[in-house]
Amino acid sequence: MNEQAIKDLLYKLADDQLILGHRNSEWTGFGPILEEDIAFSSMAQDKIGHSLAFYTLLQELGEAEPDTVAFTRNANQFHNSQLVELPNGEYDFSLIRHFLYDNAEIIRFEMLSQSSYEPIAKVATKLKGEVKYHVLHANTWIKNLGSSIEEAILRLQTSLNEAMPYALAMFEKSKYEQELIDTSVYAGEEAVKAEWLKRITAVIEKTDLKLPDLAIIEPKFGGRYGEHTEHLQPLLDEMAEVFKIDPTAEW
Amino acid sequence: MYGGGNVFEATKFDDVQTEDPAKLAEFEARIARGEKIEPTDWMPELYRKQLIRMIEQHAHSEIIGALPEGTWITRAPGFRRKMAQMAKVQDEVGHAQLLYSAAETLGKSREQMLTDLISGKSKYSNVFNYPAFTWADSNIISWLIDAGAIVNQMANAKGSYGPYSRALERICAEEAFHLKYGHDAVVHMATGTPKQREMIQAALNRWWPPIMTFFGPSDKMSTHTETLMRWKVKMASNDECRQQFLDMYVPKIWELGLTVPDPKLKKNMETGQWEFTEPDWDEFKRVINGDGPCNAERLAVRRTAEERGAWVRRALLNPKAKYVRPLA
Repeated sequence: MNEQAIKDLLYKLADDQLILGHRNSEWTGFGPILEEDIAFSSMAQDKIGHSLAFYTLLQELGEAEPDTVAFTRNANQFHNSQLVELPNGEYDFSLIRHFLYDNAEIIRFEMLSQSSYEPIAKVATKLKGEVKYHVLHANTWIKNLGSSIEEAILRLQTSLNEAMPYALAMFEKSKYEQELIDTSVYAGEEAVKAEWLKRITAVIEKTDLKLPDLAIIEPKFGGRYGEHTEHLQPLLDEMAEVFKIDPTAEW
Repeated sequence: MYGGGNVFEATKFDDVQTEDPAKLAEFEARIARGEKIEPTDWMPELYRKQLIRMIEQHAHSEIIGALPEGTWITRAPGFRRKMAQMAKVQDEVGHAQLLYSAAETLGKSREQMLTDLISGKSKYSNVFNYPAFTWADSNIISWLIDAGAIVNQMANAKGSYGPYSRALERICAEEAFHLKYGHDAVVHMATGTPKQREMIQAALNRWWPPIMTFFGPSDKMSTHTETLMRWKVKMASNDECRQQFLDMYVPKIWELGLTVPDPKLKKNMETGQWEFTEPDWDEFKRVINGDGPCNAERLAVRRTAEERGAWVRRALLNPKAKYVRPLA
């Protein structure tokens, strides 16, 4: 099995979870209601825990230890999709991003739980049980707010339109895509995307929102290859602010 | 996290004179027997008012207290601290949720309480008007402010109002973990590199004066205070709490080789009481009344959160729904 291909897959999974977890944690103290503060914090804790699980698998494959990998790389060494690094914006954007992201993540984890690469299969099996609740949370809120007052519908629709080019780029293919599919490590991005479209459409149809015309959207690719928006590096600088005072210290 | 030092002022004691003497006697007898008062039970207006005020201030302290530590969630060094800091601050917001519900059982809605917080009408624990400059400040808060809060809350958990005392029991269990987390973080700093030691000592120096005012000034013993103690609203005097805190934590601070920035601090072996430099109560009053280093910032953050989230609350509101206060 091609170890580089596995590492590439693991970095993608880990970096997505770390960066979105970090963004989710920024809601602590600022939520529209206390219950949402708490919910976003729970999801942040799960996601950062998931990233740690994947970084640990990477360490087993010879990469540096998780703290070093997470806290000392620069933006161009990160493999996350640009969707997760965008600032939280207002609650409508954070909710839409959470909905689009987690509906994809659960499918990735479901498929990876069948992976021929056993360490990933084990971790994915364990974690998909947690992501299930993230999806439940997102879908419930989209259904509630997406069919409520005009202001809410308008806000969510605007955010949906803004987020979609980034969301479609979550499925940017790895240079090892075919190899991962051929060796049954991963079902591949096309398969995830097809299932994702079905699931998000089913939720959106229960609301007053409309899915934008995907045929005319240009996905914001690049994230998987280290190309990022101007928002990622400041996030990483903030994350490493204390750690870098002395990377050898025990904090 | 709540010190509770600023609660019991400025309510007219006359209120109790207008209560039905027979009901009042029965109420006091129940408390004397150690029974809990529940939301639908008869209670004097003064009791209700003081409890709303106290629980509301406690709830506000939890959400405002989440701000100085929340800043350090996104900066926590390493996975272990990042995860723990998130969970810790989330707990504080969870405490606010519990406490707002407990206060609501007495007839004031959460929305009204938050409005009063933003307008400056209701208060919160004064310590959160001080800044957390560094990661080390956040560690000192997690350890020593939470420690102080536990002293106060353990006492109040034995109070007479059922919903508050049950909420406090749960809160104390969680705060006990915060204390362990805070202590562990401070131990790592205090036994770490010279830079870490310097950071933690500087943070202790900054936080010591606010910590000494955390429990509030010495109580004026008035009939008012006596009544509230008889009703088991107020469970321990501010001085008792402060002494207990010093007894428990000064030795632990010294054990780490840190210096408490008060040359007069020592335990008088004859009286069994700690002696210390009298805190600056003028500053305490000034800060509590709005003129502290972070008052404006803390309230501005809260106000922004409320304003930006208003559309969500409007969207969730069923226009036909009627407000029902929670049971307990």
